[in-house]
Amino acid sequence: MKVLVSVPAVVRRGEAFEVKAMAMHVMENGFRRDMDGKAVPRKILNHFTCRYNGEIVLDCDWHTPISANPYMSFAVKAVDSGTLTFEWIDDDGSIERHSAPITVT
Amino acid sequence: MTRLWPLPIFLAAIGAALAAEQPPRSGLDYATPGLRAMQADDFANPGMLWVAEGEALWDKKDGMGGTSCQSCHGALSSMAGIAYPRRDPRDPSRLMNLETRIEQCRVDRMGAPPFGYESRELLALTAAIRNQARGKQSSVVEDAAAIAEGERYYRMRRGAFDLSCAQCHEERAGKHLRDETISQGQSNGFPAYRLRWQGLGSLHRRFQVCNNAVGAEPSPLGSQEYIALEWYLAWRGRSLPVETPAVRQ
Ligand code: HEC
Ligand code: HEC
Repeated sequence: MKVLVSVPAVVRRGEAFEVKAMAMHVMENGFRRDMDGKAVPRKILNHFTCRYNGEIVLDCDWHTPISANPYMSFAVKAVDSGTLTFEWIDDDGSIERHSAPITVT
Repeated sequence: MTRLWPLPIFLAAIGAALAAEQPPRSGLDYATPGLRAMQADDFANPGMLWVAEGEALWDKKDGMGGTSCQSCHGALSSMAGIAYPRRDPRDPSRLMNLETRIEQCRVDRMGAPPFGYESRELLALTAAIRNQARGKQSSVVEDAAAIAEGERYYRMRRGAFDLSCAQCHEERAGKHLRDETISQGQSNGFPAYRLRWQGLGSLHRRFQVCNNAVGAEPSPLGSQEYIALEWYLAWRGRSLPVETPAVRQ
């Protein structure tokens, strides 16, 4: 799965900065029918987590009304240099991970 | 999929506008501020997911020869200046657009199966290649015969509503139709991310939507008449910068 994440490489201690994370996903809600009237099975990303040096910054359960290619933007405050990690969990059990280092000055 | 706009609503949208020669304006000019902001931010523009995938596909080895696009063409940025559509050098009666050109390389040069029009992979590679020219005017091959053929299609009235492309995109540009603002129908942002599609789509897919909207029979994706139409649109909007991947309603 393709993901695009934007995190500044260098941030000031204690200052909030913006993080953006977007994932390529159909987010099939399970309520639709195909051309032959057969139900299209549900397949969504049901969970998104962002951690900072292992500590949870943002933890969301996602449900079926979320549109395709979900996009998140949120503010994070850093105290020490370290790594932001991102995790998307798919209905089929697969997990997509991404990480981005940040330096605090 | 055929979906007709209720005629009274459409007639209400038709003002007394007369065809006036307008300077080319991108669909971006008609888009809402929210969509414009989304398109401008590479980390909020979902079309960039396809561009990123196309960049990865460019380097991916495949086919009988075990080659990638990169093996023969070098850096993806080398594609910034190419002009499509054009004629097939081996059979000048055949028109090719970027999508059919990529498929030809896949099959003839790599010995790999074609991706298929509107497949995720072909959209991704097309978007990644077009994105190399973003912000620049794209060059157009000045082929009078092909452009004239495309213009004929553009001006021909068709469908249950008996409307040509020009009647909406020249005469009614700026007017409202249901919940949309009719733009000049320029091609500079394609492949484009459309919220209604929840994904990236080709220019020919957009043609099919516009054909269906007036109750006309759409042509197949990648067909010769659609490529001629694409050529005319490229020529008509030649002064506009490439926006791929644009974000539209
Ligand atoms: C084995 C070598 C080879 C591979 C691999 C290959 N190509 Fe090509 N490609 C060529 C040659 C040679 C031409 C130009 C000759 C022609 O016009 O037929 C060309 C032309 C093109 C053009 C037109 C360029 C122009 O200036 O008009 C595009 C676009 C293109 N290739 C895309 C791709 C993509 C995308 C891939 C990977 C999916 C790919 N090619 C893989 C050999 C290759
Ligand atoms: C009934 C009016 C109508 C007709 C006729 C029509 N379109 Fe459209 N077209 C629209 C509307 C509405 C949109 C969506 C809003 C917009 O971008 O203009 C649209 C969008 C487009 C776009 C996308 C523009 C962008 O910036 O994303 C293109 C390209 C286009 N049309 C081409 C055509 C072509 C080619 C034809 C003739 C085959 C045609 N249209 C016929 C109403 C029409």
